[in-house]
Amino acid sequence: MTARAPYAGVAIAVPVTEPYVRYSIRSAHWFVASVLAKLLQQSGLEKLAIDGLCVSSFLLAPDSAVGLTQNLGMSPRWLDHVPMGGASAVVALRRAARAVQAGDADVVACIAGDTNHVDSFRATLGNFSQFARDAVYPYGAGGPNASFAFLTDYYMRTTGAQRADFGKLCVAQRDNALSNPLALFKQRLTLEQYLVARPIAVPLHLYDCVMPCAGGEGVLVMSTDRAQSLRLPYVNLLGAIERHNAYPEDPIQMRGGWAVDRDDLYAQAGLGPADMDLLELYDDYPVINAMQLEDLGFCAKGEAPQFIRKNTFTTTGTMPLNTSGGQLSVGQAGAAGGYLGLVEAVRQLTGQPLGEAVPNARHALVSGFGMINYDRGLCSGALVLSRGDA
Amino acid sequence: MTSPLARPGRKNPLMRTRLPLLPPAHRSRVALGMTAAAAEGRFELQRCAACDAVQYPPRETCHRCLSDRLHWQLVGGGGELISHTSVLHSHDPYFRERVPWRLGLVKLDCGPVLVVHLHGDVAPAPQRLRVGAWLDRAGTAVLVGLPEKDVPNMADDRQLRELTCDPKFRKVLVTDGKTAVGQALVSALAQAGADLIWVGHSEPWKHVAGLAAVANLPQVTLLPLDVTNARSVAETAAEIGAKVDILVNTAEFHRAQGIASRHGTEVARAEMDVNYFGLLRLAQEFGPAMRARAADGPTSATAWVNLLSIFALSNFPAHGTFSASKAAALSLAQCLRAEMQPAGLRVINLFPGPIDDEWNQLLPPPKIAPAAIAKAVIAALRDGVEDVYPGDVAEEWRARFRDNPKVLERELAAS
Repeated sequence: MTARAPYAGVAIAVPVTEPYVRYSIRSAHWFVASVLAKLLQQSGLEKLAIDGLCVSSFLLAPDSAVGLTQNLGMSPRWLDHVPMGGASAVVALRRAARAVQAGDADVVACIAGDTNHVDSFRATLGNFSQFARDAVYPYGAGGPNASFAFLTDYYMRTTGAQRADFGKLCVAQRDNALSNPLALFKQRLTLEQYLVARPIAVPLHLYDCVMPCAGGEGVLVMSTDRAQSLRLPYVNLLGAIERHNAYPEDPIQMRGGWAVDRDDLYAQAGLGPADMDLLELYDDYPVINAMQLEDLGFCAKGEAPQFIRKNTFTTTGTMPLNTSGGQLSVGQAGAAGGYLGLVEAVRQLTGQPLGEAVPNARHALVSGFGMINYDRGLCSGALVLSRGDA
Repeated sequence: MTSPLARPGRKNPLMRTRLPLLPPAHRSRVALGMTAAAAEGRFELQRCAACDAVQYPPRETCHRCLSDRLHWQLVGGGGELISHTSVLHSHDPYFRERVPWRLGLVKLDCGPVLVVHLHGDVAPAPQRLRVGAWLDRAGTAVLVGLPEKDVPNMADDRQLRELTCDPKFRKVLVTDGKTAVGQALVSALAQAGADLIWVGHSEPWKHVAGLAAVANLPQVTLLPLDVTNARSVAETAAEIGAKVDILVNTAEFHRAQGIASRHGTEVARAEMDVNYFGLLRLAQEFGPAMRARAADGPTSATAWVNLLSIFALSNFPAHGTFSASKAAALSLAQCLRAEMQPAGLRVINLFPGPIDDEWNQLLPPPKIAPAAIAKAVIAALRDGVEDVYPGDVAEEWRARFRDNPKVLERELAAS
């Protein structure tokens, strides 16, 4: 196999968020536009200076990124649409970084935005994929709650994980969220509250499930030279992986594509799990956090429960995890949920966190996981980022 | 263990009648192959003719070798429950009224992983179980995980009963009790636990053998009903229409012969009047009330059964005009099925071969006994299937018809 070229000289800058709301009467287009406006405002760039655009959104139909160029009055020479849900940011960054390295684009705006109307989530579920429509939705119409209930039930039975283990992650993320003004959940969560919450899809209870909402996230990808000349704080991309439909023969998902590619990721970055100062893991349900801790090499397979018992996961504690609160405490704004961790990691590493700062953060790991097409999530990916002066 | 269904008490008139809702019904065209098999009570999945892989969810090419030579084939339902959940929050109105709803993830012995509705008696994973395909209220096939071996009161499982039309504790109208088939059906329904059975009989001043015995069953009430008389049908519907949960139309007029051996149209007209217009009159009078009560608790209105004939598929010239009337009835039954579907009411069509009665005396055996037809109807109600071909003759005609309808036409002309 050809050795992979490094992502040298690529800067990720200008982390922006269109604040989340539970429901909005705006369209997904509006959220993408408002993220773009923030990117321009905070970078000082003119709109036409953005010559690359990569968009992720569930609710743009009948439009795609193509229609958005006219909608937003842009003339990019590089355009991409990444319909990969929770893996959108990782995949978008990989592609945008290569475009910038190759000179196909100078500045790429990577944006995810989605709206949430009353009842739009139900419509999304019913038509999520052909397999979901034919073989999942007619079975109780529980949506991702039911799919992750299967995974959680199996994971708990085979690893000995307890609800309190998952609860610890949820409670820690809520603690992290309390200093983030944009988090939708603003009340402290206790383990007791977590444990007695109403069941949603056994063994999942209320605080195991993300709350759908509306919002947007975005960053700019450009060369480090360009970022420096614009005096923008930035992070470097040290390594990136993506994998789709990994381990198709596994009867149930107990591992994702990270397990296939993590050695490649860390080799490319020249770092290991122990070097990570913060983790931004895709967290629509806590079981997937546990799986990623294992697959990304923080502990052995099946040992995440013990690993969870040994760490605090709070922003200023051990193994800071989902420092903005993650989707479980900030909300899941459709495809923007896939960007939440990336944007937070860039904020932390560039010294501009919205809430509490991870002390001396130099390296971050950001993961993505997306698209429960039938019985499992198909897309997985991860990025290793470092502070721009590192 | 499933507790036996309790006999529902009297309905509280102040309580809301639950309105008919359907589970999500939209499927891709290729996925409807599973529905076509389940409608006849078979569990079939796609098997690749090139590499023998069995696959699910359905798709148009083989996931392994990309061949498009995929055939729906019977598969064994044995498998292992890997994981399960009970959904207490649903995004769909039908399920919202029915949670908690049990679901399982199953690794089938022949390969694929399935999401299934899970019977209450399947113990927690890991667990052996058997999977079958059933029609749901929307008339679309869904997979169901059942205990590996039958358990007591299995049919009374709350989720399974949503898929079936079990006559237990239901009120049934059998439109004609004067025929041997009608009488066999009444006995079978009584035995299957039907709560009340109204039995229609036209020309009540004429005595026929067997009717008195049937009338003596404690569940049975005789009603004068003549399906050729619009007023008689309307009056009967006005009297009991709001209570009928299952309607079994056994009214039939049958004479042998085709076109050339008889003069005039009187016999053919009489056949059409009972076999076709009779069904139309019944459907117009009983259909609306049944649709309105299609989700009315555990003993809601649930099914409409038509006694058709295998001759409805292709004309049997020796019984030519009768065949034509049954073909007309089949076409109308398809229309009725489409109109009942939005309420979730199942229309079950029975396609027996020659029945062992006086009108088939010239035909050689095998002929199907009335009791066997009655048994097939009960099984169809319990399994919730919609097309039934009871007996050897019907099975064989069905096989020939599927193989090549034009060849069958020539074979029947020569017989």
